[in-house]
Amino acid sequence: MTKPSRQISPQTLQMLAVRDARDRAAFSRLFDYFAPRLKGFIMRSGTGSGQAEEIVQDVMLTVWRKASMFDPQRANVSAWIYQIARNRQIDVIRKENRPLPEALGAPPADEPDASQILAVEQEAGQLKDALARLKPDQREIIEKAYLGELTHQEISTQTGLPLGTIKSRIRLGLERLRHELKDAR
Amino acid sequence: MRGKMTAITHHIPDALLAAYAAGSLPQPYALVVASHISLCLDCRATFDAHQAAGGAVLDTAERAHLSNGVKARVLEQLDAPVAPEPVFQRSGVFPGPVMEVLKGKPPRWRTVGGGVRQSILSATGEGSVRLLFIPPGQAVPDHSHNGLELTLVLQGSFSDETGRFGVGDMEVADEHLEHTPVADVGAPCICLAATDAPLRFRTLVPRLLQPLFRI
Ligand SMILES: [Zn+2]
Repeated sequence: MTKPSRQISPQTLQMLAVRDARDRAAFSRLFDYFAPRLKGFIMRSGTGSGQAEEIVQDVMLTVWRKASMFDPQRANVSAWIYQIARNRQIDVIRKENRPLPEALGAPPADEPDASQILAVEQEAGQLKDALARLKPDQREIIEKAYLGELTHQEISTQTGLPLGTIKSRIRLGLERLRHELKDAR
Repeated sequence: MRGKMTAITHHIPDALLAAYAAGSLPQPYALVVASHISLCLDCRATFDAHQAAGGAVLDTAERAHLSNGVKARVLEQLDAPVAPEPVFQRSGVFPGPVMEVLKGKPPRWRTVGGGVRQSILSATGEGSVRLLFIPPGQAVPDHSHNGLELTLVLQGSFSDETGRFGVGDMEVADEHLEHTPVADVGAPCICLAATDAPLRFRTLVPRLLQPLFRI
């Protein structure tokens, strides 16, 4: 069985151009794609338009400044930006620093594994499709969960998205990174 | 990259990891979860998977119109100098997230009796998180908790009614679990423990003294 093969998405290519070549035109296009979505996402939790735009600015600046940490072998661009956005929302709205895991270190820029990047993207695309196929009420619960509006007790009672395959795929990327970092030492 | 790793057998339950990835976990628990992820590749992969799910939600979010000037303000700041943020590395048995709360300094231990020491990292209305130092063979004082308690082993190991917990293992105990963790023989057991309520040590310190010790 063959699936229609997908290409690496424009957002990933733009993000790699930002990371590796500090490409402003690519950043500008990433901004056009993500900033309106980020604002919509942030406002869904009840944040006003003005404050949401300030958070969007901070998030997009972080995308530029921390681009070296972007590793498409472990996360697609949306996943990476989602986490930056949630961190910033928590800083601004709850006035606290969210404890973050130790960073694994910047991915080595040479020899990116295109098949791994593509596989992470495909899995992320399938997750998006799965989200779209959910019944509206189920979908709303998932959205609320990832907007940070449900407690862990509330999350434990709901049926989740199928995360197993993307998790296995990401694990390969993590193992590869760990291996490369060890070799680099 | 971690040097020798012992096999971790007690991981973060998925709902907690999802809540952590989504940013809805109270700070004391979030610190324990972030510390476990720092030690555990498997939970890091699950954490990343939850970020991918969050990314899907972001990707499909309804787009909101941006005011004029937002993009220009971002573009003109791209070259602005930024002060580097301090990065807190792991130090000895203490993972990076713990070192961040300790601001890079070693913990300040306080004796709570029976050779047990603690170092409170934060205590607020949302709960508390502390480091515990338990000599080998010593029981963590019999305690109960009102709600969820997360305990991550950083050094040595302990055992209780539910099993054995070694370095990197995280015990999840709810209010129904009456347990008596005992540090195993060997190195003293050092744990990171979070609760959503002040711990009530039952046998060691009279209740009246609790505010004094903040336990
Ligand atoms: Zn784990």
